[in-house]
Amino acid sequence: MGGMLQMVLGNLMRKKLRTLFTLASVIIAFVLFALLGGLSRAFTAGVELAGADRLVTQHKVSFIQPLPLSYVQRIRGLDGVRSAGHYTWFGAYFQDPRQQFALFPTELEQVAEIYPEYTVPDGQLEGLLADRTGLMIGKAMAEQYGWKVGDRVPIFSSIYPKQDGSYSWEFTIQAIFTGTGNEADEMQAFADYDYFNESRRFGRDSVGWIVTRIERPEEADAIAVEIDTRFANSPTETKSSTEAGWAAGFAAQFGNIGLIVQLVMACVFFTLLLITGNTMAQAVRERTPELAVMKTLGFGDGRLVAMVLAESLTVALIGGVIGLLLGTLFVQGAAVALSQFFPGLAMSAATLGWGLAFALALGLVTGAWPAWRAGRLNVVTALARR
Amino acid sequence: MNEAHASAAGQAIVRVAGVTKQYRKGRQSVEVLHGVDLDIADGEFCALMGPSGSGKTTLLNLIGGLDQPDRGEIDVAGQRIDRMSSRELARWRAAHVGFIFQFYNLMPVLTAQRNVELPLLLKRMSARERRERARLALEIVGLADRAGHRPGELSGGQQQRVAIARAIVSDPSLLLADEPTGDLDRDTANEILDLLQTLNQRHGKTILMVTHDAAAAERASRQVQLDKGRILDASGAG
Repeated sequence: MGGMLQMVLGNLMRKKLRTLFTLASVIIAFVLFALLGGLSRAFTAGVELAGADRLVTQHKVSFIQPLPLSYVQRIRGLDGVRSAGHYTWFGAYFQDPRQQFALFPTELEQVAEIYPEYTVPDGQLEGLLADRTGLMIGKAMAEQYGWKVGDRVPIFSSIYPKQDGSYSWEFTIQAIFTGTGNEADEMQAFADYDYFNESRRFGRDSVGWIVTRIERPEEADAIAVEIDTRFANSPTETKSSTEAGWAAGFAAQFGNIGLIVQLVMACVFFTLLLITGNTMAQAVRERTPELAVMKTLGFGDGRLVAMVLAESLTVALIGGVIGLLLGTLFVQGAAVALSQFFPGLAMSAATLGWGLAFALALGLVTGAWPAWRAGRLNVVTALARR
Repeated sequence: MNEAHASAAGQAIVRVAGVTKQYRKGRQSVEVLHGVDLDIADGEFCALMGPSGSGKTTLLNLIGGLDQPDRGEIDVAGQRIDRMSSRELARWRAAHVGFIFQFYNLMPVLTAQRNVELPLLLKRMSARERRERARLALEIVGLADRAGHRPGELSGGQQQRVAIARAIVSDPSLLLADEPTGDLDRDTANEILDLLQTLNQRHGKTILMVTHDAAAAERASRQVQLDKGRILDASGAG
């Protein structure tokens, strides 16, 4: 085993520059794979985060069209509805318009009911409900901006001016929630709707969308239909769907990210296949007399096939692992820098798993042809070429 | 005559009977060997001579189990190798034959020690035992002090000694040498021939050596002349 391993490594190091370039191309491809995987996940994170027992109701025409506030009470009255809360996109940013984040004016006492995955420390909720300018933020957001309970922060809205025409809103951090599980989004904030509603210059008594938590997930479709039926033929018709369906539809507004990622990766891997496959074939072709000598010594076809496959697998797996590690580092760095825009940007275990599977497949596919040729080598002909 | 020679020198280790071999060149079929008969006795050092294209290497390849005859029988150490599958032949070669080539054919990425160990990778043997046996083989060819060198760091003669150590390390019954001195100067060639003679006389190895060189052939105990695919003369010599 040691001798064969030395042969495999020695053969790879025979032309160092060639191996280095091949390795570099594999590494770059897998860095790209990791980055695109992270990006794809960021666009679909909402779908993963979606609760099975939550429905989202929006204006039938468009997500940006408001709904009347009165709809919330009417939905709460339906059978099978456990609770309902409304949310409005505030268009928040801190100091710099590039530092955007998600802030939703809502009924704060409803948040814990609608989103049980968010936990607020004891005592903070009371302070939050007692303060009209109180703000509840995620732990990740608090860490990013260095905010703590009691801080007064000026937050700008890119949409809603106050009665005095100012776009600057004063809030006081009153609660910092943590999300249970790695998937929960802690880069968002919730503010008191009444304070927002009374202070804004336009759009009074309207909300962006309504989230309904239902008693039994299996009734989701029926209740969604019932909600839309209730508001049918009114000036503001609605469109209700499960939260997962709504998030998927939201992500689809950016285009089919998954398909784009797959197409880019297919191009990358096809090119990589040609480069690595050609390099492996060339490397084995150059060693034809040596392979013939090994056969002469009694090495069987299977052993030669295994040796050549081991070489291609070594390149693909080393390159793949380094590429995935580098890609993970890039994604983690980007996740911090772009947390306002892509709160779901992260490397998932599934992406890493697929990456390793692709590296394995790459090694096998690129080594298959040269390995088959090595196995089928005619000793007499190969030795005569010498 | 061949049988008489084999019984005089010892039991025949190689028996070639009525062997014919054809090769295809494009649409044409060329018969390289025409019903060759040859016996080589156990412990014999036999030189196979003849002009280029006479079929020497083809016969050597057939006896070494690298190729199969179209007709005839080949028996080596009591086994009919002309009936073996390629898988059986690979195993048989590993156990019974040591090959020595004109251009040494060492693995450039391995040290002399590892090159010699190569055939032992096919045997059930511990790494330590492999190392010891390779070291012994290198001592026999006088290159124990070069064990850690790669082929590129050795002279032609030294490389051929490593190749001979590789050929004998698994203690085969038969050594097949194809122009082993063809790429060496006269002095180095003599050293290699001395080594082959020592392996034959002191270690009892049976050797079949293909050569153009009359001086090299004289070192053998018997010379066999091959011309146009037929054995012309198989007289005792040396």
